[in-house]
Amino acid sequence: MYSFTNGIRQGIRNIFKNGLFSLASIGTITACLFLFGVFYCMVVNFQHIFSEVETTVGVTVFFEEGTGEDRIKEIQTMIEEREEVNEVHYTSAEEAWKLYKEKAFPEGDNEVLTNLDNDNPLAESASLEVYLNDAGAQKELVDYISAIPDVRKVNASESVANSFVSFGRLLGYVSMAIIVILLAVAIFLISNTVRVGIDVRRDEITIMKYLGATDFFVRAPFLVEGAIIGLIGSLIPLAAMFFLYREIVKFVTEHFSALSSLLHFLPVKDIFIVLIPATLIIGLGIGLIGSYITLIRRVRV
Amino acid sequence: MIVLDHVSKTYQGNQGSIQALKDVSLSIDKGEFVFVVGLSGSGKTTLFRLLLKEMEPTSGNIFMNNKNIGKLRRDQIPKFRRGIGVVFQDFKLLKNRTVFENIAFAQRIIGVPNRRIKKNVMDVLKLVGLQDKYRAKPSELSGGEQQRVALARAIVNNPPVLLADEPTGNLDPTNSTEIMKLLEKINKRGTTVVVVTHNTKIVDEMQKRVVNLNQGEIVSDEKKGGYVYV
Ligand SMILES: Nc1ncnc2c1ncn2[C@@H]1O[C@H](COP(=O)(O)OP(=O)(O)O)[C@@H](O)[C@H]1O
Ligand SMILES: [Mg+2]
Repeated sequence: MYSFTNGIRQGIRNIFKNGLFSLASIGTITACLFLFGVFYCMVVNFQHIFSEVETTVGVTVFFEEGTGEDRIKEIQTMIEEREEVNEVHYTSAEEAWKLYKEKAFPEGDNEVLTNLDNDNPLAESASLEVYLNDAGAQKELVDYISAIPDVRKVNASESVANSFVSFGRLLGYVSMAIIVILLAVAIFLISNTVRVGIDVRRDEITIMKYLGATDFFVRAPFLVEGAIIGLIGSLIPLAAMFFLYREIVKFVTEHFSALSSLLHFLPVKDIFIVLIPATLIIGLGIGLIGSYITLIRRVRV
Repeated sequence: MIVLDHVSKTYQGNQGSIQALKDVSLSIDKGEFVFVVGLSGSGKTTLFRLLLKEMEPTSGNIFMNNKNIGKLRRDQIPKFRRGIGVVFQDFKLLKNRTVFENIAFAQRIIGVPNRRIKKNVMDVLKLVGLQDKYRAKPSELSGGEQQRVALARAIVNNPPVLLADEPTGNLDPTNSTEIMKLLEKINKRGTTVVVVTHNTKIVDEMQKRVVNLNQGEIVSDEKKGGYVYV
């Protein structure tokens, strides 16, 4: 018990004793986790918007002349069974004709066309509309469908889907790289902060060992120091993100109203339910790892 | 109690290797008072550090209470050290803490509850005759008084063994004699005491067992005697 309270008391004392180092460490973790938060918000919002786009981006399948409805239904089942497929919608030739008529004469003044009903000009226009749940798999799906017998043509809005995917990936990689670099810098700084603390208390540590102190007893204050630095360094960016997120969403929706139909931001709650625990755990982890790597090298019984 | 079985220690330094202990065999019984003497560089501190398992002998084995301390796992070392009180030439007190806190520290490390700490600390302070100085900082004490605080700290946890490395090295003759009398008092209470020193006068006065080291080798081991000059 004493070793626990002692650890906390000494740990807090350490932070103030080498204040400048502590501040530098807190600053780096703050920067690191703030960026993490920003990237996280961008990525999840992007994915959110993207997922809406994805379901509207589809693949349309047309069939060879004379392909019967049974065969089309059969192909529909085959496509539906694939993993990346969210939904397959069947449009019969009649439906296609009806849709065309509605488009051409929205007022319903379509007598001319109605006369053609029994001799459907779009007789070969039965189609399947395929909606994906993973736009990245579109190319593969198109290849698959094209190879099915009786399929005449596959229309796909490939370029849109692909650029979305590659942009999303790029954003992910870049943010990962920056965060990893910042993590390393933060761990380095914390381990140095702790090292200064160890050097300051070198005599005390020597005495503790002669008196039979366990590794844990000697190390606890430094681990607490690292943990507190990590936690402070994660609370600051969380608070900042919390206020900024709402402001930015408000700003974007007000000033870019043209895009507002496309940009549906995730609510604050959805973001922070993940961001709060993730940030705290990373901050705490950086703090503990940073001090631990110094401790195992410098403080041994 | 303490047995050294053909113990050698070689340091690998920058200027080649130095053999600090050569095939040392020694047995110390429970409750004994032993001086380990020898010129500077004869290997006394090396022996002291081996007994604390601060480092490993190059060859040979050391037994404490019939246990081979070379076989202790790292996590067993703290518990092992709690059985040995240590005193150093330079006292090794925490400068920014009071006399009371310095001694209480030893109890806190082994997890003694607060209410018992106060009594134990005051008891050992009385034993070394410093009960009035419990609030003083080490810098406010004389060398002899500081060493008495260190002694009190060494015995507050009631270890069966007390090791002292040159405990009178920084003290004048009067204070040295006083520290020796205290060590004898502690020994009379049943603690095995091993004192490393090169203070010839003190050793002659005390008439205890004297183990003489010379260049890492035991050259004499007198049951009851004075300093042996080689
Ligand atoms: N850590 C060390 N590294 C290298 N040589 C050492 C070390 N400690 C002691 N020595 C050498 O070992 C010999 C014995 O030293 P020591 O045990 O300190 O003797 P004493 O305490 O009797 O003066 C000396 O020659 C000393 O220089
Ligand atoms: Mg020495």
